[in-house]
Amino acid sequence: MIVGQALRDQQRELNVFRNRILLVGFLILAAFGVLVARFTWLQVFQQEYYHTLAEANRISVVPVVPNRGLILDRNGEVLAANYSAYTLEITPSKVPNVERAIDELATVIEVSARDRRRFRKLQEESKNFESLPIRTRLTEEEVARFAVNRFRFPGFEIKARLFRSYPQGEVASHAIGYIGRINDADLKRIDNAGLTNNYKGTDHIGKLGIEGAYEKELHGVTGSEQVEIDAGGRAIRALARNEPISGNNLVVTLDLALQKIAEQAFGDYKGALVAIDPKNGEVLALVSRPAFDPNLFVDGIDPQNWDALNNSPDKPLNNRALRGQYPPGSTIKPFMALAALEFRKRSPEYSISDPGYYSLPGVAHRYRDWKKGGHGTVNLHKSIVISCDTYYYGLATELGIDAIHSFLTRFGFGQRSGIDIEGELGGVAPSQEWKQQRFHQKWYGGDTVSVGIGQGYMLATPVQLAAATAMIANGGIPVHPHLLKAVQDSKTQEMRPFADPNANAEALVKPQNLELVRSAMVDVTKPGGTAAQASAGAPYAIAAKTGTAQVVGMKQNEKYDEKRMKREHWDHALFIAFAPADDPKVAIAILVENGQHGGSTAAPIARQVFDYYLLGKKPQVKIEPPKDDAQPQDAEHD
Amino acid sequence: MISRAFEFLSRRIDGPLMAALALTLTLGLTVVYSAGGGTGMERVMSQGRNLAIAFVALWIFAHIPPQTLMRLALPIYVCGLSLLVGVALFGEVRNGARRWLNLGVTSIQPSEVMKIGVPLVLAWYFHRHEEALRLRNFVFAAIILVIPVGLIARQPDLGTALLIFASGFFVIFLAGLSWKVLASLMAGGLASLPLVWSMMHDYQRQRIFTLLNPMEDPLGAGYHIIQSTIAIGSGGVLGKGWLNGTQAQLDFVPERSTDFILAVFGEEFGLVGNVVLVILYLLVIARGLMIAANASTVFSRLAAGAITLTFFTYAFVNMGMVSGILPVVGVPLPMISYGGTALLSILAGFGILMSIATHKQLVSS
Repeated sequence: MIVGQALRDQQRELNVFRNRILLVGFLILAAFGVLVARFTWLQVFQQEYYHTLAEANRISVVPVVPNRGLILDRNGEVLAANYSAYTLEITPSKVPNVERAIDELATVIEVSARDRRRFRKLQEESKNFESLPIRTRLTEEEVARFAVNRFRFPGFEIKARLFRSYPQGEVASHAIGYIGRINDADLKRIDNAGLTNNYKGTDHIGKLGIEGAYEKELHGVTGSEQVEIDAGGRAIRALARNEPISGNNLVVTLDLALQKIAEQAFGDYKGALVAIDPKNGEVLALVSRPAFDPNLFVDGIDPQNWDALNNSPDKPLNNRALRGQYPPGSTIKPFMALAALEFRKRSPEYSISDPGYYSLPGVAHRYRDWKKGGHGTVNLHKSIVISCDTYYYGLATELGIDAIHSFLTRFGFGQRSGIDIEGELGGVAPSQEWKQQRFHQKWYGGDTVSVGIGQGYMLATPVQLAAATAMIANGGIPVHPHLLKAVQDSKTQEMRPFADPNANAEALVKPQNLELVRSAMVDVTKPGGTAAQASAGAPYAIAAKTGTAQVVGMKQNEKYDEKRMKREHWDHALFIAFAPADDPKVAIAILVENGQHGGSTAAPIARQVFDYYLLGKKPQVKIEPPKDDAQPQDAEHD
Repeated sequence: MISRAFEFLSRRIDGPLMAALALTLTLGLTVVYSAGGGTGMERVMSQGRNLAIAFVALWIFAHIPPQTLMRLALPIYVCGLSLLVGVALFGEVRNGARRWLNLGVTSIQPSEVMKIGVPLVLAWYFHRHEEALRLRNFVFAAIILVIPVGLIARQPDLGTALLIFASGFFVIFLAGLSWKVLASLMAGGLASLPLVWSMMHDYQRQRIFTLLNPMEDPLGAGYHIIQSTIAIGSGGVLGKGWLNGTQAQLDFVPERSTDFILAVFGEEFGLVGNVVLVILYLLVIARGLMIAANASTVFSRLAAGAITLTFFTYAFVNMGMVSGILPVVGVPLPMISYGGTALLSILAGFGILMSIATHKQLVSS
């Protein structure tokens, strides 16, 4: 009975157990059913979505930066090139304590104080997640030493990069310009131009000069590479590649050898020189002294060098050839003479008797000639050769400022020459209207008198003077000074010559009038002329005009005495010229700051340029700045 | 000679279960190879060694008669419990949790011992009281269960605690806990959820938040779930092919050899592979439940049932977590994931099942 009861209990218990096992079995089936449903949902219905996500995970499109185009001079000399080098870069956002990490790095490879300063400056100017170079141009050994210690430096990376180099250093730096890291302003411009995609991966951009002006040609088209990346973002292999198109090479109009000679000819003088081919406006040399080494800017300039360049009283970063606005002084006289002939205010034969000063009718004030006692009888030809001021005082008054303004405008004064690099200033060819707008003042007769000898409100840049001189040289045809000679297409190697908008321009002055002025300019370089000394013995004829621009104003009876003045208050020397006079191949404008006399300091520079360009002759002697006791050979004063 | 050797080796081995295990483990090795990436072969060799050890354990447990095992149940439990107390007092802290006990020679995780100890001791307890089970027996069983679970949860190791709780609960449930009690327990459990929530650690709560919305923290807590669902989903019906899973091979799936190996498998073998794996698991479970149903003693059937259901729980929790329907807990995919400890305890468990399957005639006769 008890046994039977126990057995029945056992049986009942077994049944309960088996029922529960059965129930559990069904629950398990249901649970696995849920799992299979989940798998089906993910792998069938959502498969496409997750496939896309997986592809996006593993494929990264990285930009492939194109090689920047080279810059070559007209003879194929390299002015800007690229080289490949290792850099060590830091992404600050990935490094908890950048300063300490750099200290530690300094125990592995050399990190100079300059590197640190430059890095700190870059860091201030950049976003935290950007990769910034701490060291550039690592040697193979340094790369190896870093690689061994790599694990100690998370957020540091060795990169092989193309760098810009300017093998000529300071030579032609104002014309070539430089590239620098893309900053916020650059980014905005890139955005506005719709070039954001083309600049992915690019971190440098042309800032100034040709590098800046022809950025579009030089940059090229960015390619792309599809790479498979792992979860850590490391590229595993390339899947597809869309090759970049290298930037186009630029052939510029500069003649490197000529440029070097011109720069050396300045010695320690500050100033500017522009040499132009008068037939087509090609700029053969463009000098602004002092210059700077554009290589300093490529890796990001360090603060010390930047301050040195920026705060120097000599302003080496200022492109004097384009941005230096100087009174043209007597170099304006050939244009005034032309104006007189064109407007029939003077005939070649008309003469004045020069007492050594000029007074406006009914005014006591005397406008003095640079030569006390005057030049005697002076006609148009002589007025240029000996640079008579009195002749032009009267002439300017008779022409009137507005006629002068309209005529000088024909020769490009008072407006930008349109040279194909940025930063140019326009100078001033004053008029009544200009003075009213600029100073809200009436134009006075005395203002016109000063303008007659290129002083007063008159201002011109060296490049304007050079372009105007080229017009006298080429028969009065407007020239458009430009630095680009041709673009070499990187794909087809085809040369695309510069399209000169002034190619079919017509002469703006009568040839016979021009001839009168030209012959006078030739006599300037002959014995008796203001530039005779510098031109002596030249086997070709030079047409020229000297000039002097006052840096400080003189009182009525004050005498200019260089010995009692500070050097930076000495007059600027000017010189415009072209040669050979009968078939001009080069026109030139030179400004020597504090050079005092165009004939003695500026003209010899021109002579060296001409000798080399026309004869292939290299200069023998370097020109030194004059000693205090040196006497000017070719006397010319205002 | 050979047939005698085979007879010696296979005498206590349950054929159908063994076949299902062998298939699943082979599949596991191929996935371990793939998940190992460049070191795949090394991983397979090492996992092969783990397998050999685990099979020895299986073979040994298969030869231990259930009666002997029953006698061992209480000592194992007591031993495990004292180790857990030891951990609570002297344990090493690793990754913010006190789970390891340094025994001088080696460090052990006593919670592993309890994975087998708890169901065995409960089966033994119900076996002893089979004549007249009262409610108080169930209450006492619950105490036996809750003490180690509480200690493990405090380490904190909520995942293991839940799994051990599940294995013990299965024993109690199969022992015939009445539905009324079960229903009131569930109601009580639901009612105490807010209390449990307030006692949970921040990271544990975070895991639940993450499950509900993985995109909230895609690079942090949500990263595992996002990447593993992408892997599985992108596998499609047929998969990307063995060794061709981009998510897995390019390191996007974290812990892809261990807890998240299903992501590798699902990506490379697709829905078809997943269904095959689920079927293999079902075969193993079905065989286990059959053995339990046919077992001759209360201890045997409760132990067999609990081992089988625990195995199911592992498989389900892992697959649910990797496919994004359960929160992330550290549970490996049984017989597939790389690693020796889990393999050892699982195959030891199956050894017990086989012992129960092959020893029942002796007992009943």
